[in-house]
Amino acid sequence: MKVKQISVFLENKNGRLSEVTRILSEGEISLRAMTIADTADFGILRIIAEQPDKCLELLKQHNFTARVTEVIGVRLDDKPGALHEVMQIFEDNKVNIEYLYSTLMLSDDKVVIMFKVEDIDHGLDIIMQNGMEAITAF
Amino acid sequence: MIWNKQAECENRDDRKVKQLYNLKKLVRHVYETIPFYKKKFDDLGVKPDDIKTLADISKLPFTTKDELRETYPYGLLACDKKDVVEIHTSSGTTGTPVLGAYTSNDIKMWGEVMARCLCMAGGTPDDVVQNGYGYGMFTGGLGVHYGSHTLGCNTIPISSGNTKRQLMMMRDFKSTMLTCTPSYSLYMAEQAKEMGIDFKDLSLKAGIFGAEPWSDNMRKEIEEKLNLEAFDIYGLTEIVGPGVSNECQAHNGLHVNEDHFYPEIIDPKTGEVLPEGEKGELVFTTITREGTPIIRYRTRDITWLWHDECSCGRTTVKMHRLLGRTDDMLILRGVNVFPSQIENVLMRIEETEPHYQIVVDRGDSHLDEVELHVEVEPNFFTDETKSLEKIKAKIGAEIKQELGISVIIKLVEPKSIARSEGKAKRVIDKRTL
Repeated sequence: MKVKQISVFLENKNGRLSEVTRILSEGEISLRAMTIADTADFGILRIIAEQPDKCLELLKQHNFTARVTEVIGVRLDDKPGALHEVMQIFEDNKVNIEYLYSTLMLSDDKVVIMFKVEDIDHGLDIIMQNGMEAITAF
Repeated sequence: MIWNKQAECENRDDRKVKQLYNLKKLVRHVYETIPFYKKKFDDLGVKPDDIKTLADISKLPFTTKDELRETYPYGLLACDKKDVVEIHTSSGTTGTPVLGAYTSNDIKMWGEVMARCLCMAGGTPDDVVQNGYGYGMFTGGLGVHYGSHTLGCNTIPISSGNTKRQLMMMRDFKSTMLTCTPSYSLYMAEQAKEMGIDFKDLSLKAGIFGAEPWSDNMRKEIEEKLNLEAFDIYGLTEIVGPGVSNECQAHNGLHVNEDHFYPEIIDPKTGEVLPEGEKGELVFTTITREGTPIIRYRTRDITWLWHDECSCGRTTVKMHRLLGRTDDMLILRGVNVFPSQIENVLMRIEETEPHYQIVVDRGDSHLDEVELHVEVEPNFFTDETKSLEKIKAKIGAEIKQELGISVIIKLVEPKSIARSEGKAKRVIDKRTL
C-alpha cells in the first residue's frame, strides 16, 4: 500500500535538474509526479516513477544522493471538497502531514494526491478505516 | 617628521654594532633563564659565546608557532612574572593561544616603534588619530594606541565596528589619521555614502592599514573613496603587534624597525639564510624584548628585504608587501584561519564528510564573506529539508565556536568538490586585493 518515492538531493545550480531528467529519459523511466522542495542553496527533488527501483539505481549510478521515502497515494474523486474530506479525516485522527502534492494525471476520473505523513502505518490505517482508497503503485 | 632620527637614520655599520650587542645579550639571557631555549641550543651544540658576528645568528635554532603553543602560558617568559604589565594573545583561535607578555620597557618600546610608524605615514603631534583596530587581547588596538600617545596625538580609541558612530566621530572631532583594516575602510566608505557624508568634507589625510592582505589596486580604491593617503603596516603578536614595519611616504616598501626586530629571509625548505633581495620566509629575532623575546621566529610570511637610499632619509632595511604564506593560513576578517581547523570540526560532525571547500570573496560590503561548501554524507540524507537545515546550523555553530567567525554553510552534493590526485583544492580565494 505504500508507494516508493525517490528523493534526490540537488544543489541549486544550473543543469542539475535537467541532468536528472536526462538520466531518467535515457533509462526510459515513466514519471507520474515530481516536486521540488527548495531552500536557498539546495533542493530535494521528489519523484514518483512507474519503476522506482530502477529509477533509484540509475540516479545512484550517476552519483546522485538519492533514497527511497515511503508515501501514501490517496485516490480522490475529481470534485470540489474531495481533498478537504481527507484532510479533515487526517486532522481528526492526528495524522501529521509533512507535505503533499498531486500527481500528473487522472486515473479513472480520479486524482491521486501523494501524502508524506509522520507515521505512515497510522496514516494508511486511517485511510482504510474511512473507506478511502490508497494506491499501491502506478 | 622622523620620530627617532638617531635610530632610524643611523649609519648602517653603527646600527649593526648595537644589533650585535643586543643579540648577544638576548641569547645569553634566554640560554640561562629559559629551559626551552637551553635545550634547543644544546641540541644544536651552540653556545651563547658562538655568537661573534650578526651572521652567526644563522647558528641559532628557529622558533615555530607550534612551539609557542606548546610552551603556553609562561614557558617562554624571560622576565619575572611581577615585571609583566600587560599580556596579549594571538588573534587566531586554534584552541591554545600564543602569549605576548610585555614589561613596562616593552610597552615603551612598542609605543616608540608605533610612533615611528605614525610618523612614516606623515603623522605629527598635531594629528587626531582615530584608531579603528579592535581593542582587547588583539594587539592592533592597544599597539596603535600606545604609539599615538607616544607621538602626542589626540587619540580616539573607538575600536572596530559601530560604523555610523565612527563616521560621526570622524566628522565631529576632525580625525586626520585613520587606523583600521583595509577592508573595513572600504566598508566605512559605503556607509558614509548612505549617510550622505562625503569624505572630501572630512579631515582625513592618511590611513594606516594592516592585519590583512591587500594590494595596490585596493590602495587606489581606498585613496579615492576615503580621500586620503594609504599606508601599509605590518606586525604580529609573536613579535610585538603592529609596529614591526611601516611604509613611508615614498611608498616603496616597509621600513623595518630593525634595531628592535632583527629580520632575516630564509629558504623555507632548507632553513638557510638567503642573500639580501631574494624571496623567502621572513624570520624575526626580537633583540630588545624583555617579556617574551623570541629567537628566529618563523613568520611563514613570504617577502624579501633590501636596503636603498630612501627619499625619506631612513636607513632601515625595507621589506616588500607580503607576497604570500609558506603554509595554507588564511586571514579572514583579521582572524588567522587554517583549513585544518575546519577539517577538524567536520570530522567531529558525523553527518558530513570532511570534504569541503572554503570560498572567500568580498561582496558589496567589502568585508570578507566566507562560504564553506560541505558535502552531504549520503547516509544522512533524508527526505526533509528541515533535517538538512539542522545539519547546516550545527556545522555553522561548531565552526563559529572553533574559528570565532561566522561563515555561510552550503551543503553540496557528494563527490561534487573536485579532487585532484586525491588532494582536494580546499581554498578558493576570490578576493580581488
